[in-house]
Amino acid sequence: MEQAVKPSRAIQIGLAIFFVGLLAIPIVYKQYQRVQASASANMGAAQALSRYGFYMRESSNASGIDFVHQAPTLDVKLSHIMKLVASMGAAVSIVDFDRDGWEDIYVVNSKEGSRNALYRNLGDGMFRDVAAEVGLADVNLPGTGVSTGAVWGDYDNDGYEDVFLYKWGKPELFHNDGGEHFTRVTEQAGLPPWVNANTAIWFDYDNDGKLDLFLGGYYPEDVNLWHLKTTKIMPNSFEYANNGGRKYLFHNLGNGRFEEVSAKLGINSRRWSLAAVAADLRGTGYPDLFIANDYGVSELYLNEGGKGFREAGKEAGVGFSPKSGMTASVGDILNQGQFDVYVTNISEEGVLVQGNNLWMPKAGKSAGMIRYENMANTFGVELGGWSFGGQFADLNNDGFLDLYVATGNVSLDRGRSYWYDYSKIAGGNQAIISDAANWPSLEGRSLSGYQHKRVWINDGEGRFKEVAQMVGVKDVYDGRSVAMADFENRGALDVVVANQRGPLLLYKNTVAPGKHWIEFDLEGQRSNRSAIGAEVRVFWAGQEQLQQVSGGSGFCSQNERRLHFGLGKATVVDRVEIRWPSGIKQTLTNPHVDENHKVKEPL
Amino acid sequence: MIRANGADTPVSANNSKSRIPAISRFFSAENRYLPPLLITLILVAGQAKFGLLESFSRTALAIATSMILDLVLARLMIRRWPNLASAYITGISVGILVRSPAFWPYALCSALAITSKYVIRWRGRHLFNPSNFAISAMLLLIPEYVAALSIQWGNDIWPLVIVWVLGALIVWRVRRIHITLTYVLSFVVFSALRSVIVGDSFLAEVAPITGPMYQLFIFFMITDPRTTVKSMRGQCLVAFLVAAMEMILRLASNVNAPFYALSIVGPIAMAIEIWRTSKRRPEAPFRPGIRKDSVTHAPAL
Repeated sequence: MEQAVKPSRAIQIGLAIFFVGLLAIPIVYKQYQRVQASASANMGAAQALSRYGFYMRESSNASGIDFVHQAPTLDVKLSHIMKLVASMGAAVSIVDFDRDGWEDIYVVNSKEGSRNALYRNLGDGMFRDVAAEVGLADVNLPGTGVSTGAVWGDYDNDGYEDVFLYKWGKPELFHNDGGEHFTRVTEQAGLPPWVNANTAIWFDYDNDGKLDLFLGGYYPEDVNLWHLKTTKIMPNSFEYANNGGRKYLFHNLGNGRFEEVSAKLGINSRRWSLAAVAADLRGTGYPDLFIANDYGVSELYLNEGGKGFREAGKEAGVGFSPKSGMTASVGDILNQGQFDVYVTNISEEGVLVQGNNLWMPKAGKSAGMIRYENMANTFGVELGGWSFGGQFADLNNDGFLDLYVATGNVSLDRGRSYWYDYSKIAGGNQAIISDAANWPSLEGRSLSGYQHKRVWINDGEGRFKEVAQMVGVKDVYDGRSVAMADFENRGALDVVVANQRGPLLLYKNTVAPGKHWIEFDLEGQRSNRSAIGAEVRVFWAGQEQLQQVSGGSGFCSQNERRLHFGLGKATVVDRVEIRWPSGIKQTLTNPHVDENHKVKEPL
Repeated sequence: MIRANGADTPVSANNSKSRIPAISRFFSAENRYLPPLLITLILVAGQAKFGLLESFSRTALAIATSMILDLVLARLMIRRWPNLASAYITGISVGILVRSPAFWPYALCSALAITSKYVIRWRGRHLFNPSNFAISAMLLLIPEYVAALSIQWGNDIWPLVIVWVLGALIVWRVRRIHITLTYVLSFVVFSALRSVIVGDSFLAEVAPITGPMYQLFIFFMITDPRTTVKSMRGQCLVAFLVAAMEMILRLASNVNAPFYALSIVGPIAMAIEIWRTSKRRPEAPFRPGIRKDSVTHAPAL
């Protein structure tokens, strides 16, 4: 037997110090971050303006908005986890429904018999709910399900934005009659009788000039959540579920009718979809479809020349590491002239640290393919609690897109958490997790409740800084849907947030003086009239930023169609290139800054 | 049986090699490469089929950190080249069990695990299961950045069955199945008891053990030869006490109950055994990873 060599005392002490150091490093780092955060949290508006270039003030009541979201009461078999199941539905979308040049707000409600609201922008900083007058309020009648979101698009190219209302229930399409009234046209359109949907977007997948519609199911469509035949309605896995609702792709036939073509065109998923965004991610001229799924991986459907879709999530690198996708937004965060995709997930200390995903294209596209890398950690936009809706927007007009993320899931008893019970069931086999009867009772406990929001400002060099508390975003409601608009036509993007079982918040944005901007209001002629899918590249001061007109993004939300670009201190824009969905390209040279430019597609 | 240099081939193994069929030798307690091989298979299959890992690169970082640090510390502390099977399995277990979107927690966790083997010792033996200690420390110290694996092997029953069968086969061959069975049985009984106490369904209480984290825990972690007591009866008692401690932690709604339970019960049991043994034998020389009284050489997590 060999003799062991006893290490010297110095080595032993050195190793002990090294060991203690390993344990101490994260604690010291954490403490340092805490001190930094608390030092900045008490910053005033003037200081925030000076340091970050903007400040937000919650102004819903002062602006005449008094909307409070109400949740549904589902089948009694779900009573033990009711607030958990009924934890989605708050949603907001922006539209200028009457074409008066002022962006309006449509917000949905989810209690049986509750009313949705359409806040008309009066142009003086005030809003008035006109939903009942125009026929868009009373849409949650018992037996028809309840609203979970709405997206706007001019499907018949008559110049006025129509609205598709999706629900846990019967989806509805309303035609906008000249900005004065809405007519229900659901039956003529040929929509399905019942879909438990949490996402829908307008896009023209075949560039035929008529808007098509994607609708993503969450619970299966044969489940009526008010009249359950079985309690086996839950996902069959926390991260690999494939028993959710089906997907629909409605091809616009042009006469007010739609044809459902999802299977024919290659979309056959039954994942639990919560968000979708369409964008031309590969420069093919056709919009691809990115879907963020709860209980699983994201899906990327590549558009094959408008004739079909091919799911390529794994190939592109986004189809691994299943999480709880809740938002899908695109933005050109480094001004590289290409879209990055942001997906929100769950991060709960010590329990489930999924982290949000910032999918950035890897260099070099090949044969119509694109590959992504998750850069959320590197860019500092990863840990956002229970993140729901997220949207990119240049909040301080410095020329780089920032990121606003609404957070918080179920806020009930502050002192008691459901996470332990949730983790029990989340790890269970499908026979256990898929049956709601097995889920432990919520008993008034919170699940990632009372969370602070995330407002990440982009330094343009690869780092985002979280400044929510410092710039006045201090609410802790259960945030869901986020939408951006320049409500006062003054070159600053305000933020509207729909909260589950909470008030609709309007954060009015004050941007520090000396920052310039430019906006574009597009109208298609050969392309769809909403110009959804049109890409605008602004070139200024050596920068190039790409944005697109979107038919819905984030979580159950839609920003204003108008595109807003911050320019920093630049007073000159070199040129603007517009690529319309029809393929027509248009260039504007030296357009004036600090103006909203109305641009019609050339014929 | 005593191993030369603590981590390599058993001294007496050569004489018996020729008499034992290769397949039996492969599936024997003396084959210290069997658990690493199995856990690697599980890792590769799990990733290929389900995308189980955050990424291969994070797991590779955990393994590399573990093996490099073990090499360095072994050279420093015992002036010998260690067998890296143990460090490999520590690294791979960190790579699977730790869930973090960041890279650095994987390196830190592996470093903590390996260093703990050389630092937290009493009378020549380490008290904590290295990876269990490190994961528990990470969960306690930096829960903002780290969680433990808590998901399922997809939504099919077959991966679950295969892992259970393979795992059971391995622990049976390395003569540790009694530990696994005692723990599983205790967990199920305590699940029933918890169900009565808290009022949730039995299935909800028993659900966690159907997940992959528990499969790694019961087949590879609580059976670790170096950090379990010697006698079979003692091993069963410790497995039962770990399950009992876990129940207490679960009643306090502790999400990471199994890791903490093993971190609490394991070292106490080891300390008692070392203390009792020391009354009969002189202090063992400093040899990380070596146990004179070890009857099996297969490393665990």
